[in-house]
Amino acid sequence: MDFALLFAYAVHAGTPLLFATLGEMVTEKSGNLNLGVEGMMLMGAVMGFQVGIATSNPLLAVVGAAAAGALGGLIFAFLTVTLRANQVVSGLALTIFGTGFAGFFGQKLTGKIVPGPITTFFGEAKVPLLSDIPFVGKILFAQNLFVYFGYVAAIALGVYLFHTRKGLNLRAVGENPAAADASGINISLYKYTHILLGGALCGLGGAYLSLVYVPTWKENITAGRGWIAVALVIFTTWSPYRAIIGSYLFGCLDIIGFRIQDLKIKVSPYIIDMLPYIVTIVVLVFISMRKSKENAPPKGLGNPYFREDR
Amino acid sequence: MLFRIIKRTDLTGTQAVMFRTAAVFLALLTSSVFIIILGNNPFEVYASMLEGSFGSVYGIKETIIKTIPLVITSLGIAVAFKMKFWNIGAEGQIFMGAFAASYFALNHADIPRPALLVIMAAAGFLVGGLWALIPAIFKAQFGTNETLFTLMMNYIALKWVTYLQYGPWKDPGANGFPKIANFHDNAILPKVFGVHIGWIIAIVLIVIMYVFIHHTKRGFEISVIGESENTARYAGMNVKKIIITSILISGGICGLTGMIQASAVNNTLAVEVTGGVGYMAIITTWLAQLSAPVILLVSFLFAVLVQGGAYIQTAFQIPQSVASIIQGMILFFVLGSEFFIQYKLILNKSILKKEAKGGI
Amino acid sequence: MNKQAFIQIKDITKTFGSVVANKDISLTVYKGEIHALLGENGSGKSTLMNVLSGIYSPDSGSIFIDGKEVRFSSPKDSIELGIGMIHQHFKLVDVFTAKENIIAGQSGSFFVGSKKLSKQIKQISEKFGLDIDPDKKIYNMSVGEKQTVEILKVLYRGANILILDEPTAVLTPLEVEKLFKIMKNMKEAGCAVIIITHKMHEVMEISDRITVLRKGETIGTVDKKDTTPKQLTEMMVGRHIDLSIKRVETTGKEPILKVQNLTVLDEEKVKALNDVSFELSKGEILGVAGVAGSGQKELCEAIAGLYPVADGNILYEGEDIVGKNPREIIKKGISMSFIPEDRLGMGLVASMDMVDNLILKDYQNQKGLLIDRAPVKQKAEMLIKKLDIRTPGIHHPVKQLSGGNIQKVLLGREIESNPHLLITAYPVRGLDIGASYTIYDLLNEQKAKDVAILYIGEDLDVLLELCDRIMVLCDGKLIGIVDAKTATKEQLGLMMAGEEMEQEKGVESVV
Repeated sequence: MDFALLFAYAVHAGTPLLFATLGEMVTEKSGNLNLGVEGMMLMGAVMGFQVGIATSNPLLAVVGAAAAGALGGLIFAFLTVTLRANQVVSGLALTIFGTGFAGFFGQKLTGKIVPGPITTFFGEAKVPLLSDIPFVGKILFAQNLFVYFGYVAAIALGVYLFHTRKGLNLRAVGENPAAADASGINISLYKYTHILLGGALCGLGGAYLSLVYVPTWKENITAGRGWIAVALVIFTTWSPYRAIIGSYLFGCLDIIGFRIQDLKIKVSPYIIDMLPYIVTIVVLVFISMRKSKENAPPKGLGNPYFREDR
Repeated sequence: MLFRIIKRTDLTGTQAVMFRTAAVFLALLTSSVFIIILGNNPFEVYASMLEGSFGSVYGIKETIIKTIPLVITSLGIAVAFKMKFWNIGAEGQIFMGAFAASYFALNHADIPRPALLVIMAAAGFLVGGLWALIPAIFKAQFGTNETLFTLMMNYIALKWVTYLQYGPWKDPGANGFPKIANFHDNAILPKVFGVHIGWIIAIVLIVIMYVFIHHTKRGFEISVIGESENTARYAGMNVKKIIITSILISGGICGLTGMIQASAVNNTLAVEVTGGVGYMAIITTWLAQLSAPVILLVSFLFAVLVQGGAYIQTAFQIPQSVASIIQGMILFFVLGSEFFIQYKLILNKSILKKEAKGGI
Repeated sequence: MNKQAFIQIKDITKTFGSVVANKDISLTVYKGEIHALLGENGSGKSTLMNVLSGIYSPDSGSIFIDGKEVRFSSPKDSIELGIGMIHQHFKLVDVFTAKENIIAGQSGSFFVGSKKLSKQIKQISEKFGLDIDPDKKIYNMSVGEKQTVEILKVLYRGANILILDEPTAVLTPLEVEKLFKIMKNMKEAGCAVIIITHKMHEVMEISDRITVLRKGETIGTVDKKDTTPKQLTEMMVGRHIDLSIKRVETTGKEPILKVQNLTVLDEEKVKALNDVSFELSKGEILGVAGVAGSGQKELCEAIAGLYPVADGNILYEGEDIVGKNPREIIKKGISMSFIPEDRLGMGLVASMDMVDNLILKDYQNQKGLLIDRAPVKQKAEMLIKKLDIRTPGIHHPVKQLSGGNIQKVLLGREIESNPHLLITAYPVRGLDIGASYTIYDLLNEQKAKDVAILYIGEDLDVLLELCDRIMVLCDGKLIGIVDAKTATKEQLGLMMAGEEMEQEKGVESVV
């Protein structure tokens, strides 16, 4: 078995997860738990595909996908930030809506194929020099532009969160909104912008599926990947850097099922499918057992903030 | 700020119901836009959704069959929510309940029917309860986030059933088609008035849960804990023990749904056995404000939406996804309306006065 | 002193639901002065300062800074005008370092350069004599260090109006000295400093002028050089009013509760009660006086089995009940009733009706799985008549009743259980005069039945007239126990501020 090829394919399969994970991560960093990832991915997937078919322009397709995901985020933000609705229920409602949205716009797209210009644009693009690195080069640098954008997005998000003022403020909002408020940070603004950004990233994850990974339209194209992304945020303990590795690892688990027979390992692929969730639980329990302050969920996660509550 | 937001204390129950009803109508109005885009008349579509749910004996039966699991699961979830234990693991608990019941259905079909059905129900209840207990223990012991934990447990349960269906429990007689063998007749719940007995179970459970919450000590304790753990401790309650046993009941009821669906609806164990009921029920429970009788009403309305949605697909060639959009819209509007039930906006008079003075 | 009004607060009113926290409060602060805001618990000091720092928006009234009217829609607006508030409950992000907390919400370069900022912060902290490691995480810090970070946060923003809410409560004497030095430095620099406190010696030491608030209203503003602690105490607690609460005389002197060397630790491992010992006899009302947070809550909860005891004994009729949980105490048949301070958060279930709230403490004595509410319904009807509880019915949620009626439900429930010992914390808080008298009568009725009562109060007039003896707590320590017949308000006020009074007449020795 060619491991380099297998891992390269894992990166390919992990890219939609990476975008969705980053999206959910940045949302959770603002203190809001959005369980509508699956819905936002679907919205992005269908809108990206629709725009792609209509314009044959890869960039417009990607922008359309991000906008659709952000629209999902906007609905969620309005409900949970402005109207203080329950976050879990709002997220689930968003998933139902997103599924309907994708089905609605996707009914005439079923079976259609991504136009040539887009497929070419997102075809394999080797990075000069780097792709010549033995083994690693083949895995990481003989991919398409969208995958590279994933690296950039993750690293940029990491830098943003941990090395910029805005990132610092965002983390303050998610950890302790009352303290952030007293420091003069506009809580609602930060929540809105980052929930929208999160939605856009989830939309991009969906677009990767419909434009690159599949690349035709089919019903329920995300197949539960949105929920894996929620798990991945925990698994990678809210770090965009670890999200890269985590996503590709889960991507590997996603595709390994079919190939496991080659390895002569007698484990059912369906049991392997369980692994992401089991390890996520282990991580979750481990965090709570250590009572560690670091790598823990943002303290304000799930609670609406109302300044004059007392 | 032009408005100040303050908590309401003056809203009557009737007014709250009016707010929510208005929200539903607004949602239907907004959904009309989508229907009009499709080139259909929204009134016709809504009317035929009702026709699909009530227009025929078949439609009514289907609506009831879709109501049953929603009601039972919501009742289970309500117990956990009442204690502010955000159990979103009903989906997994249904799977595991169905799995346990199926084990007896597939392996012990020789047991007489009433006994087998009771054993299946008990197994479903127990395993569903234990499945819910795992996150509860970690929550009680280490404070592990139960929302994320129960969510993960759903997927483990789903993959477990998938594994059984494609692996060890696959029916060899199905020509390689990945399905588990149908249950023996002994393992299938009987019908009463043309609909499986689940509807009676649901009604009985509504009564039981109503009595449980309102007239038993444990129900009383659950209500107190949900309101304030401090008060519960003050009154001498053993908070941890109460939470754990109640979660067992909560998960158990969801597990029972699994048994009923596997036995009466699917006649076997399959990945489709939950049909997403576990997630939908979270929403119905929340909208029903955890009240057992209201759960019946809300679940029924949701079943009408689902059944009506399936009907318009055949009647108008309108995709079923429109029903999902309408559902989503209704949820958004009803969730949003809660804000106006709990808070009211007060015009900042001092600003107005100021502007009146300053503005010529 | 530059006599230009820097901050002018005019007729601020702020209500929370039906509670009026500030009523037409006015306050003027000049540049280059340290202004103390003095008042008992609940007098509205913190609310007023939260309005000034933009956290609460007032119902009416106006604020002028430097002569210009300002309107805050968020703390950001107030920060921009140079107002910095150090809250009593720190507003810090636990997982951040000191530096990160200090710069959060600040504008500046897009990236956060690590070294340069650390250096900058070090410079400021050295300038003001504050010692802090900028890269230390908040969760690793002591309370004193956390406060230093809060102060640095404000200084870093270059605030010229500094508000400190009870800043010295958690500091060591050395740290207090440093803090006062910083405050004086700021004053020299022409800033305005407002300090909320209840410690008289600090007021006299640090402030230039003092404004006294009582029950949400301004009582007056005085210059320090023209006033005395005695006058301030009087302003704070009000002149002695003859309330004519009758004191029931009982003969019993048999002790029922003995507290010996009781010490408890709070979450920060600070002693919330420090070596407290006292006795309570049947038919006696023992008052507990002290500013808020002096250990009253911990004392009540420790006796009721709700708060872990670090050291000492609590003997109830000779039996040590330390280490027993509330249920065991109830099961043992100890007839003790605790009426907590937090009526709706601990004593009662807010959204439940009267019947369910009455059953709360004794449903466990019923047999079987079901709850029988029938007998309790009668009890509820009886209580409504007996205590004149105004409610639309026994099935009305208690949170919708008025404060006085809520208190009657709570007190009624406890009295109906025929206790031998009654602990009650602030039973008349938020009640009007009429309702308060009903409560006093109820307590006296119990006393006449030989019930021992521990009464945690805040109104000194009431304590003096209702109780037999009064013990004063300050910072978790028992300052003294005085005979209520001979003690005076001023004496209590000074003891509450921590002045030892053992040598004076009328104080029992407490060891």
